[in-house]
Amino acid sequence: MTNVIPTSQVSSSTGLRTLAEKVWDKHLVTKGEDGTPDLIYIDLHLLHEVTSPQAFDGLRLANRKLRRPDLTIATEDHNTPTLAIDKPIADLTSRTQIETLRRNCAEYGVRLHSLGDIEQGIVHVVGPQLGLTQPGITVVCGDSHTSTHGAFGAMALGIGTSEVEHVMATQTLPLNPFKTMAITVNGTLRTGVTAKDIILAVIAKIGTGGGAGYVLEYRGEAIRALSMEGRMTICNMSIEAGARAGMVAPDQTTYDYLEGRAHAPRGADWDAAVAYWQTLATDDGASFDAEVIIDANELEPFVTWGTNPGQGVSLSGSVPNPADIVDANERSAAERALEYMDLTAGTPMKEIRVDTVFLGSCTNSRIEDLRAAAEIIKGKTKAEGLRMMVVPGSARVRIEAEAEGLDQIFLDFGAEWRFAGCSMCLGMNPDQLEPGERCASTSNRNFEGRQGKGGRTHLVSPLVAAATAIRGTLSGPWDLVQDGDQ
Amino acid sequence: MQKFTTVTGIAVPLRRSNVDTDQIIPAVHLKRVTRTGFEDALFAAWRQDPDFVINKKEYQGGRVLIAGADFGIGSSREHAVWALRDYGFDVVLSPRFGDIFRGNSGKQGLLAGQISEADAETLWNLVEAAPGIELTVDLVGKTVRVGDLTVNFEIDDYTRWRLLEGLDDIGLTLRDEARISEFEATRESWLPQTLPARSPESTH
Repeated sequence: MTNVIPTSQVSSSTGLRTLAEKVWDKHLVTKGEDGTPDLIYIDLHLLHEVTSPQAFDGLRLANRKLRRPDLTIATEDHNTPTLAIDKPIADLTSRTQIETLRRNCAEYGVRLHSLGDIEQGIVHVVGPQLGLTQPGITVVCGDSHTSTHGAFGAMALGIGTSEVEHVMATQTLPLNPFKTMAITVNGTLRTGVTAKDIILAVIAKIGTGGGAGYVLEYRGEAIRALSMEGRMTICNMSIEAGARAGMVAPDQTTYDYLEGRAHAPRGADWDAAVAYWQTLATDDGASFDAEVIIDANELEPFVTWGTNPGQGVSLSGSVPNPADIVDANERSAAERALEYMDLTAGTPMKEIRVDTVFLGSCTNSRIEDLRAAAEIIKGKTKAEGLRMMVVPGSARVRIEAEAEGLDQIFLDFGAEWRFAGCSMCLGMNPDQLEPGERCASTSNRNFEGRQGKGGRTHLVSPLVAAATAIRGTLSGPWDLVQDGDQ
Repeated sequence: MQKFTTVTGIAVPLRRSNVDTDQIIPAVHLKRVTRTGFEDALFAAWRQDPDFVINKKEYQGGRVLIAGADFGIGSSREHAVWALRDYGFDVVLSPRFGDIFRGNSGKQGLLAGQISEADAETLWNLVEAAPGIELTVDLVGKTVRVGDLTVNFEIDDYTRWRLLEGLDDIGLTLRDEARISEFEATRESWLPQTLPARSPESTH
């Protein structure tokens, strides 16, 4: 990619290491020789109902044990309904998948948080919330958004089902070392611009394949200023740039988030852990294989116009003209995307009318996201005919939001207040778009049909989602200020 | 896993880049709890268009898919590989793959071979000019042959070796089980454990 600056590869000769390399080294069980991969130890394995049944089956067929149930945890999220969760799941195949997870977890002694349990929720919200996700550990899950956990300075990898089975049987993975890329975000975000806008801008800059083979490390003043929720939003979408993982070095913000959580170290263990965590940051002078620099001062709210997360533009911009795109493949992809999205080149993004607003997903369904959106819609009226659906990331987030009265703000506004799960991010449960329906979504993928067959997705931040729900067209918080001035 | 050496079969030209795994198999088709039975779910949305390449009769029985760059990006779902295998594909050629998809392919005996953009274009043109033509993909020599044309593809040496030998990853790793146990003995006591379940000390 032309926007990625290759840097010299000298770190190994100087002994200076990056965050990713330090975590890798610490987990090396065997060093690969003659082209074989390294064997890396896995500290935490997260499971859910969709990518685990075939892995459990594989164990059973080979008569193998689950090596470390004490490093494994499961939750139900992809397939679960967000309404009437006390009733049996209506879709029989969904119900079978959930029941299969329950049977497998019981058989293999895996801790499971089922629908209705206070710790149930999206797997990438649950791990951090329980304090299981910690700096310097290796985390895997059969889900590409496992990259979320990198916000703590963990090496967090999305894996396939064969690898899930491999981790179950061995608590390790054979892996080839990744390249490292620094994503340096200098400056300060303006009010109304958020972590989501940073990552959408990064993906638009390097492309959906720009991070292939790399672990991204997000650095710089603007990243340091982010909350853990914001860092999770950014690391979550590393996979949308094709990266194997995204990481942020731990700091006081990280420790403050973790301290007192159920599975965070306590007492003398806490002190020992913090002392170790403080050694993880990339050494001064260590070099990356590539670097990308972003100026936070210049960023605006960012939205997508196309059918992959790299097809984005500033909210104040317009739908691009494919004829202006030099690369033939990208041009034809843009042409197909505009046709699918039913958009005309040159249309200002702010003139695009949406039918549905979805606030949720492992990208943006944490308490801070709900607070930010509630703040904007409080006392306002929802655009006529527009549907807004709010799906908290976990049962605990839902309870916390209700304790703060956020549910009432959403309900007064005319939004639907749902139970926790992946929901309309991928539409495996009944929460789907109708063909042709247009959605402003705080989720992570605008692929064709992702939110329902024929559905059209614009990826946005929670602030843009909220402002859009008020105005009915893609809008940012700045537009509301202007409306107020008139 | 069966040993993989060469495959000769009908080539299917998929002239699209950024074919994400949601397109290869949409999420509503991920509900099976088995590894097989996904053939009808392959490209389920696109296949509703009668003109979609896979629906054309000359490409029936295709075994080699030739796709644009960034094939298999997005979701980690191994179902994408299972669906391609169940349909009958043994090989996917593309100028670039999503990392997770490429890894999953190697575990399931699907050869993901990387070719240059120029060679993808050459192969597309050649196959479209003679629909139903067969290619030979040779993993030993890392070549694709059709008529007088030979094109090279890339695959990492370790995956190639495992495919050629038909080896199971878990079995290979368990040969090092003593090393895994040694490593476990050195892990710090404060590292997170999921069991026994704990409740929060303070409210968060």
